Amino acid sequence: MSDAAITVEEARKTYGGSGGKNGRPALDGLDLTVARGTVHGVLGPNGAGKSTLVKILATLLHPDAGRVEVAGHDVVREAYAVRLRIGLLGQHAALDEELGGLQNLEMFGRLHHLGARRARARAEELLERFALSGTGPKAVKQYSGGMRRRLDLAASLITEPEVLFLDEPTTGLDPRGRAEVWDSVRSLVGGGTTVLLTTQYLEEADQLADRISVVDAGRVIADGTADELKAAIGGDRIDVVLRDAGQLGAAVALLPVPEDAVTVDADRRLLSAPVTDRMAALAGVVRALEEAGVEAEDIALRGPTLDEVFLHLTGDERVKEAA
Amino acid sequence: MTAMAHTLTDSWTMTRRELAHWGRQPVAVVVNLVFPVMLLLMFGYLVGGGRGVTGEYLAFLVPGMLALTMAFGLEGTMIAVTRDLDKGVIDRFRSMPMANGAVLVGRSVADMLQSALGLGVLLAVAAALGWRTEGGPAGFLGAVGLLLLFRFAMLWIGIHLALVAGKPELVQAVQILVWPVGFLSNAFATPDSMPGWLGTAVQWNPLSHTATAVRDLFGAPGGQPDHVGAAVLWPLALLAVFLPLAVRRFTRLGR
Repeated sequence: MSDAAITVEEARKTYGGSGGKNGRPALDGLDLTVARGTVHGVLGPNGAGKSTLVKILATLLHPDAGRVEVAGHDVVREAYAVRLRIGLLGQHAALDEELGGLQNLEMFGRLHHLGARRARARAEELLERFALSGTGPKAVKQYSGGMRRRLDLAASLITEPEVLFLDEPTTGLDPRGRAEVWDSVRSLVGGGTTVLLTTQYLEEADQLADRISVVDAGRVIADGTADELKAAIGGDRIDVVLRDAGQLGAAVALLPVPEDAVTVDADRRLLSAPVTDRMAALAGVVRALEEAGVEAEDIALRGPTLDEVFLHLTGDERVKEAA
Repeated sequence: MTAMAHTLTDSWTMTRRELAHWGRQPVAVVVNLVFPVMLLLMFGYLVGGGRGVTGEYLAFLVPGMLALTMAFGLEGTMIAVTRDLDKGVIDRFRSMPMANGAVLVGRSVADMLQSALGLGVLLAVAAALGWRTEGGPAGFLGAVGLLLLFRFAMLWIGIHLALVAGKPELVQAVQILVWPVGFLSNAFATPDSMPGWLGTAVQWNPLSHTATAVRDLFGAPGGQPDHVGAAVLWPLALLAVFLPLAVRRFTRLGR
């Protein structure tokens, strides 16, 4: 058996069939490999194809073309074998809102063919684990967002899946709910489950994922660890905040890099540029600014953020809205 | 466990889910049961009042109301299916190793149970008003069988339309159509009392065949024995079309 828990080769999907209404494919030849027992982040803006990818991996949607395997089984031809081995936390709660937490988990346990008694025991165990034992008969529609997400996560873990899909697991949650979900994901990975996590939150991918695939317009445009992706756009950066916005133009020429490598944020009077030798660059910039009579309010060295990685890779502004 | 055993246990689990919904919303269940009773009383006393509700018209009206109630069951089925589709829960079902047809089988078993219950309540109220079947036990069972067969056909039309419509908002459009189709039948009046073209349309309505056949089996006025065949064949024909269409539509949700 291969080491890959997920293999996607040249996957294509256009809604409404090829030549569908808007014609733009949701997946446009996407490639992805996820090693067993790792957490893989799929990072991208709204409409990049993340949910389509998860739906195809979870056998909910058929790809138009390409090879897609999960846990060693083809998602189209061996959908049943895949379904035995996966858990899914979709973007919207996949629960019966009219029923209570125990009723939901028991039902899903029975549908996993655990049998009545084991389904009940497993349901109670999961409620306990996700701090939902006290919910009693209350219907899920009366749950808070965080509780619903936890129950949804519990439902996707009924059979301790080999591969777990989390489609934007913290979208719409408050910071506390988000922290709860993050803790749950971290504890899962200890158990050897492979996790594929989609997110538009760069911080989330950075926090949870071993490797990250950056997706845009249905393709993977970059792949690597968070550090590798950061390094790919030139390692450390120097930020200079000027006192007078009128001097921004003059200051650009003083930085030790080609002018087109400098990003300028006029509102914040901020210049930012990649640097190789940190200390030499810092000393050089301080000296050059002083000699030119340009007054700096702040100068700082730092590593790049994933936002910058994303902007660098996609070359557009959408990420600013998403972040 | 074999595939067949899975299909049975999964279908039962899905049926239990629907029954659990009843337990959650007893008021909705009662409203569903009371609504046809209200129609019966309304037509019997208000509309039919002039004709004298005792005896003749009640015997004519009861089979019509029973058939109409079965037809209106289509709405309930559509609402339930679209509500499931709209919520994410159907995605969880479809991503689980459960039997393919269980979601639809569970739906149909629960809806048939509800409709059988509805028939029972309506018949009990009719009996309290003084209605009696003149057709004997065999005729009575035959009539109930025809009504449930008609409901079963409506059920699969409902599932198919819901899968086609997809969104609960679109169901309203179908609901608006169910009423005229339901009333364009001989549930309340015989086609002879209507203008020619309307009478013809009414005679073609499958609901009219079922109502006429049920009247015959109950030994009620307006019954014609030659409609029993049509009351069997029409629902079977509708099932032959809509059941495979609905199943196909459901299994192809992922394409």
